[in-house]
Amino acid sequence: MKVVIMGCGRVGAQLASLLDADGHEVVVVDNDTNSFRRLPHDFGGIALLGNGLDEEVLKKAGIEEADAFVAVTQGDNRNVMAAQIAKHIFNVPKVVCRIYDPLRQELYDMLGLEAISPTTIFAQLLREGVES
Amino acid sequence: MYIIVIGGGRVGYYLTKELLNEGHEVLLIEKNAVICQTINEELGSVCVQGDGCEASTLAEVGMGRADILVAVTGDDEDNLVACQVAKHKFKVPRTIARIRNPKNEVLFKKLGIDATVSTTTLILEHIEELMPSHPLTHLLMIRDKGLEIVEVKISPESATVGKAVRELSLPSASILALIIRKEQKPIVPAPDTVLQAEDQVIAVTTPESEEALRAALRGA
Repeated sequence: MKVVIMGCGRVGAQLASLLDADGHEVVVVDNDTNSFRRLPHDFGGIALLGNGLDEEVLKKAGIEEADAFVAVTQGDNRNVMAAQIAKHIFNVPKVVCRIYDPLRQELYDMLGLEAISPTTIFAQLLREGVES
Repeated sequence: MYIIVIGGGRVGYYLTKELLNEGHEVLLIEKNAVICQTINEELGSVCVQGDGCEASTLAEVGMGRADILVAVTGDDEDNLVACQVAKHKFKVPRTIARIRNPKNEVLFKKLGIDATVSTTTLILEHIEELMPSHPLTHLLMIRDKGLEIVEVKISPESATVGKAVRELSLPSASILALIIRKEQKPIVPAPDTVLQAEDQVIAVTTPESEEALRAALRGA
């Protein structure tokens, strides 16, 4: 499977390395070269410098042939916009994005975007941890 | 009308001022507390500090009864989300977004934003217009019809100087609307109108046949 990941923070880098280890073709996009230091030394995918909201950069990342797109930058709105570009402009079959704000996540979920809110999930995990 | 403006930068500030002058009820949402305070001191209590994409902020300011939301922050993604939240969560009838990257126009339209204003395109067009050598200037886009109004300048070197309109091989999608000639009243072109050097031809065309129109009018 060919996967484009936008955002090479902790989550993005770890996801890239997991998918790479599973044998997928991975491209990670970030607008700061410094972020790529998080990738493991044996990372077999491609690290691409650029703004993931720019269609030209996304094309360079191979989004036109991608099977999946994941947006995990620090900005909710950036993730939402990138995910919608992937879904509505490039028709990527599988699009997932991170939205910290639970209310915004609910809204985009309603609009048909696969959005995960780490805030909600983590709060639930913490509750389980406390109550167990 | 009740208008909510998102983003208290220069565009947001002047827009709010203008809309207030026109007698509208305006509310400005700005993230930065200092900017917010300065604006309130200057324009009266019109600015609320908060995140224009946050549903709770929007609920607080009565987004539900707003007629228009205008998002003019410097970031396209923030403007997009503010408009989508307003549209889908609060059913605001009209949302307008400022965009920096002209390519985002297509996306915003697809996602149901009612109107976009590309500041980059506007500035480029104005500069284009000021360049005397530039043969074709975009004057107006009629977006929902896929048409545009352009101006083509006839230079003294143009092969079409002295030719009548009927002799030009104009693309079928283009119509000549007006000829502006030095020290004369503008002329509505007829088939036998003869082009002169320095004529400014105003035409209606489609973006696709723009190049063919320019070639037909300049004879190149």
